[in-house]
Amino acid sequence: MTTDPQSFARPRPGTQPPYLYPDYASTVKRAPKRALIPFEHTLSEVTGPVFSERWAGPDATDLTTQHKGTPLGERIIVAGRVQDEEGRPVAGTLIELWQCNAAGRYHHPVDQHDAPLDPNFTGAGQVVSGPDGFYRFLTIKPGAYPWRNSPNAWRPAHIHLGVFGPGFVTRLVTQMYFPGDPLLGYDPIFQSTADADARERLISQYDPMLSEAEWALGYRFDLVLRGRAATPADPG
Amino acid sequence: MADKLIPTPAQTVGPFFHLGMARPEWSDLTSDNPAGERVAIEGRVIDGDGAPVPDAIIELWQANAAGRYNHPDDSQTDKPLDPHFRGFGRVATDAEGRFRVVTIKPGPVSGRGNALQAPHINIALFARGLLRHLFTRIYFADEAANAGDPLLSSIEDEAARRSLLAGRAQGISPALYHFDIVLQGENETAFLDI
Repeated sequence: MTTDPQSFARPRPGTQPPYLYPDYASTVKRAPKRALIPFEHTLSEVTGPVFSERWAGPDATDLTTQHKGTPLGERIIVAGRVQDEEGRPVAGTLIELWQCNAAGRYHHPVDQHDAPLDPNFTGAGQVVSGPDGFYRFLTIKPGAYPWRNSPNAWRPAHIHLGVFGPGFVTRLVTQMYFPGDPLLGYDPIFQSTADADARERLISQYDPMLSEAEWALGYRFDLVLRGRAATPADPG
Repeated sequence: MADKLIPTPAQTVGPFFHLGMARPEWSDLTSDNPAGERVAIEGRVIDGDGAPVPDAIIELWQANAAGRYNHPDDSQTDKPLDPHFRGFGRVATDAEGRFRVVTIKPGPVSGRGNALQAPHINIALFARGLLRHLFTRIYFADEAANAGDPLLSSIEDEAARRSLLAGRAQGISPALYHFDIVLQGENETAFLDI
């Protein structure tokens, strides 16, 4: 006889984006129309893949030395701590990163934007978070790029980050943005989260302590995952 | 409550996720020869116009053939762990919105209280046009245990309940199941608030 597992907390209202958000045009045909079915967490929800033994492959944290030459653009360090909403570190979890190059072009066949590919930049990395939850990448600052959501629409510079966390339902795939980017005010993907404090969570912070003199600027970006519900019945 | 940090919001994976997430080898969960009945699951991801979604990616998480998860919090110690089965898979849809995975049939897993959950595969779905991923489950239509499953029993709408059942193709061995994921509209798949 097993005891009931401890549930994860549900997101507070407005702190996650909705599915339907018409300003982001492709949600119109892809957002479910029926209400989601609530279900209390079982072993299926609170367990999840464990990556500490690196079965997902070796760390790839330096995106600037994957080819013969050095990629064009500003070298940046992207680092932070994976933690839950109680501030507890999440160690040994897999983080996957992907991004476009400094000119705003993805190394992906679907991207036909008229900006040059960089033969020295692919734009993908991965790392398993350390015992204190920390992670660190060295990469190039991605450029903004146009998309066909509306006339003259541009995505703000962003880095895609995916992280697993302790359970299947702590899974998070998000985008990291840069402080002071004027495009954030126009971007429906960024704006879709109603709560202003939650939106702030998506913007990295320039951190002079992370910068390395004459080498790279440092941006701090913590990933905050769902924590445990206080009691089995607490929705968070 | 005031001391809690706000969790990071989700954002869409966008159209170029293959760059960071493509793992074709993860569509076969049997690569290390785990114990159990081999099954293939095929299907399509479909949008509100009935059109295929060629840029979706699906993640799978399941127990082993005995019904135990490969995770330290799975306290079902009466069931054996299978060191050859991790239980995690990932597959992207093709240009026609189709996907195919090969795995072993999961055993039943303990639910809350004394309940027993029918065999199922936990699903997370990501795509352009989805600001946040969607959760659902794949159940097997030919499983008698479905009648007592707590999640299936909680779904009043019969069409919604049926949307979680993968039908078995007749006369094919190893077993082939079919499971479409309909994002919106007629035959919309039941998605979970978990």
